[in-house]
Parts: sequence; structure tokens; C-alpha cells
Amino acid sequence: MSILAVLEHSGSAWHRMSWETLAAAQQIARELDTTASAAFVRPGGHGFADELARKQLEKVYLVDHELLNGYTPDGYAIALRQLIDRAAPRLVLFSHTYQVRDFLPKLATSLGKVAVTDVVAHRVDNGQVVLVRQLFQGKVNVDVRFAADGPNFASLQAGAYRADRVADGSAAVEVVRPQLSAGEIRTKPLELFRESQRAVDLTAAEIIVSVGRGIKESDNLPLVQKLADVLGAELAASRPICDAGWLPMERQVGSSGQTVAPKMYMAIGISGAIQHLVGMKGSRIIVAINKDPNAPIFEVADYGIVGDLFQVVPELIDAIQKSK
Amino acid sequence: MKIIVAIKQVPARDSQLRIAPSAKWIAEDDLTYEINEPDAYALEEGLQLKEKHGGEVVALCAGPPRAAQTIREALAKGADRAIHIEEEDMGAFDPLGAAKLLAAALRSESPDLILTGLQSDDLGYGQTGVILAELLGLPHATIIMKVEKRDGGILVKRELEDGWFQHVEMPLPALLTIQSGASKLRYATLMGIKKAKTKEIRRLRAAELGAAAGSPSITIERIYLPQRTKQTQLFEGSPKEAAAKLVEKLKFEARVI
Repeated sequence: MSILAVLEHSGSAWHRMSWETLAAAQQIARELDTTASAAFVRPGGHGFADELARKQLEKVYLVDHELLNGYTPDGYAIALRQLIDRAAPRLVLFSHTYQVRDFLPKLATSLGKVAVTDVVAHRVDNGQVVLVRQLFQGKVNVDVRFAADGPNFASLQAGAYRADRVADGSAAVEVVRPQLSAGEIRTKPLELFRESQRAVDLTAAEIIVSVGRGIKESDNLPLVQKLADVLGAELAASRPICDAGWLPMERQVGSSGQTVAPKMYMAIGISGAIQHLVGMKGSRIIVAINKDPNAPIFEVADYGIVGDLFQVVPELIDAIQKSK
Repeated sequence: MKIIVAIKQVPARDSQLRIAPSAKWIAEDDLTYEINEPDAYALEEGLQLKEKHGGEVVALCAGPPRAAQTIREALAKGADRAIHIEEEDMGAFDPLGAAKLLAAALRSESPDLILTGLQSDDLGYGQTGVILAELLGLPHATIIMKVEKRDGGILVKRELEDGWFQHVEMPLPALLTIQSGASKLRYATLMGIKKAKTKEIRRLRAAELGAAAGSPSITIERIYLPQRTKQTQLFEGSPKEAAAKLVEKLKFEARVI
């Protein structure tokens, strides 16, 4: 009854969160005095399996079937269910990626279970795992337990565990060939595409001034543009601003936009929903200006002002100009 | 096309949340509620598909009696009728339990398409839609930006990470979770609000559906306000004073300007 980490591979590279999930599986296995194994779906992925075979794991399962070329929720759920029946893990850990969000609830439901999604931390209490996740867009935390024995399922939020903690060792590779027929896969995925070439590379910016819902109207954007200008910063935004078309999608920071880590990230009127935080919490200095003292953005901020951005930002522009 | 849109009522986005004495949920007494924003986008997508292809949009909601307000708003925006699964204590249902309620209510409906938001703003599991698809034996796709009807099915545009997208062909009936912001939300018109009063809301009780909460497979042990992981230096005083202090810190302590 070990811990199984299910990792994600695009065909050319591991998903960046896979190593975080692997590190978490190793850590939880140690705390529960059991072993960790890893699994991934990738037809013909023997080279990638060899890379995992050099980690401290009991086993590496390579799930291999030609019908798993190209992700489908049907194919992945059917194949992974067979793997889980065979490996009989106590806990199966996933990265909380878009792909996992697409198939994990289906997989868990087929086994009569509920996955605990978007987990930020855990503790072990009397030999049981207690998982911590966020409610209300990060304003409240909740401790969750599984009510029954495994296999249980959880997905881990980006950045919740440290990829550099993965321990090296050696593991045996086992190729798993699931029973799968073309008729069981009901959706047909087509080619991946991007909408436009990105003209702005936010990842190269040293300072980013980012604006959220608090700005209220597009007519108010020149105020934050001016702040960006006096700081020599790039202007960025949270998702609602780009959805509304007030700024182009290429300026969006967060899980569906860009991931940035500038010298300074100034969040103006951004509450800090999880989807935004994962895109910027690696910034060296984070400044938040928000009227809600309980906004989650203040949990990652180094400096903050609780107040009305329409009063604070003009004063800030003034103070920066005077300081030069 | 017969389209079911599953919607949820949640505390308003800017609510100041307090933890209930039980530490199992938030204190609800002075909260105001609204439609879960991602579900509002699912409703919008449903209404647009109906406008293009004809048919019917049915709003489906599980929640206490107060959820009737959110259901009426959906009717006022253009849903044709609604099903309200009245259940006082939705907290006793985990996502699988809640989806079983919705599935049971849909048994007699046989829709072509079921839409819902990609996640709820309160619990945020992001699972109900996909679980519902599995319970009903339907194919699904999540985080959908666009739906086009094709012969014998649909072509959907799925959002992936890092600015990538993918088209997926799928047969009907199917379930989709809709990405927020994919289209502009409509407001209810005065005429719509008037008409909503005459539209049918079928009320069902969880017990009638034979889908009791049962024994949840995950349990909430405790909820609490998160501890700050970082010590944030907050600057007080007038906007002018606070801004001046912030700039001084950025210049001399953080040395970033």
C-alpha cells in the first residue's frame, strides 16, 4: 500500500509540476513509512521512464498503448484505472494541471471516490493523511480527510511542494499495457494551436505593474499605465481584465497566462485568486494595493497598502517621481 | 437542442467571511448570495446556443430555498424553465454526493447538452461537471471557450495551459464545463424579469430523488483563516503618507526602484 505519483509528460518534456508531485509522494511515503512509486502515460516513453528509474522509487510504471497517443479523458481514465487496480496504492497524487482537472474526477468517480483537488499542504496525524486546500478563492483554508481506505486521490497545487527535493535512487521499470479499444474513446482531439504570436514577453520584465478587477472600468487604466511608466515597468493584468478585452491576452499573468518572476511585482486591485498567484508568487518583491485587508494577495505580499487604489495610486506616482 | 445548465448559488465575491463556531463552514447569517460566476458563463453559452439552434435551456440548481433567487435570475436572463433540488444542508454532500443529486434530477430529462461552470467560487473542487458526466455515462470536455454544432455532434475549443488551445470533436449528448470570460454576460431585461415570474420551477427534494448524502468519501475536519506565510509590511495613514512610506521601503530596503 504505497504512494503513487502520476506524472504528466507532453511527449517532449515533463510538465514542470511533475517533479513537485514526485517530491511530495516521496515525502508522504517517508512520513507514512511506506514506499513511493511513479506512473506516467506515454506510448513509447522508455527514455523518460529511465530518467525516473534513477529516482528513489519502488517502481516506475510506464502506461503504454497506441490509443493513448494524444490525450483523451476516456483513454486516460480507463488506462489509469487498470494501473491502480494493479498497483493498489493507498494514495494517488497528481499535479493540479488542466489535464488532470479534465480526467481525475472521472477516474475517481469510476472507483466510487472523490479526489481532493488543488491541495496546498498536508500533515500526517495518527497514520492518516490530512490534506489542506483553499476555499473561497484562497480566503479560507480547510483540512480534509479521506473517510475510507484507499485508493484515495489528490491533486497538488503548483508550487505547493519543492521540485528540488526529489531524492535520487533506483527503481524498476514496469511497462503496463492497458486493455483499451478505440470504441471506448468518445472524443477526438485535434491539433494544439496558439491564437497569436506574443509581442510582449512579460517574463523578461524586471518590474511588472499588474491590474485587476479593482480598476472597475477600462477608462481607469491610464492611471495604472502611468504608474508602470514612472517605474519603467511592463503593464500586466489578472484574467478578468483580459477577458473583458481591456488589455490583450498576452499581458495576462496566471495559470492560463504567463508565469513571471520579476524583481518587483506590484498588484493593483488584484484580490489574488489561486489562478493568479501561481503565475506570480515567485517574484522577488511583491507589493499589493487592495481595499480588502483579507484579500489573499496580502498572503504573498512583502509590502502592502490597504486602501482605495484610486486614492493611493496617484500618491504613489507622485512619491516615485519625487524620489528620483 | 435541449440544454441543461447546472448553476450554483454562492456567497457574493466581495463577502467578508467569518468562520462559523462549528469550524465546519463559514458564518452565513449576514451574507448575500449570487450566482457562481463561472456558472453565469455556462448559462450565457447555453442561451447563445439556443438562440442559434433553437431548443430549450433548463436551469438546474441544488441548494436551500434561498437559491430560488439565483434560479429566478437565470429565468429572467432567458432560461425557459428550472429544476430546483431543495436541500437545506448541501454541506453534508461531497462533490460526488452533489453530482448524484443532479444526475437523479436529470433522469427524466434526456438533454442533448449539459453545461456548467468550470468550478465554484466557494468550494472550488472543479469536479461536479466531470463527475456528473461519468455518472450519466456521457463524454465530457472541460475549460471550454467555444462550442460549434456539427453534424452528429459538436466541435469545442478547449483552453490548455500557457496560451495553448485545442479543438475536440465529440458526439452528443455530452457535458461541457465552460471557461469564464469566454463571452460577455447579458443582463436580464425588464421584460425578462416579468416573464420569469410565469416560468416553471420544478421543486424536488433530495430524499425524493433517492440520493441521500450517504457517507461522504471525504470529510471536512476544520476550516480556518490561513496563516500568512509571509510577514507583510502594511503601511497606514493617509494615502499620501502610506505611499511615501512604501516608496521609501522600495528604495532603501528592497532596493527595487
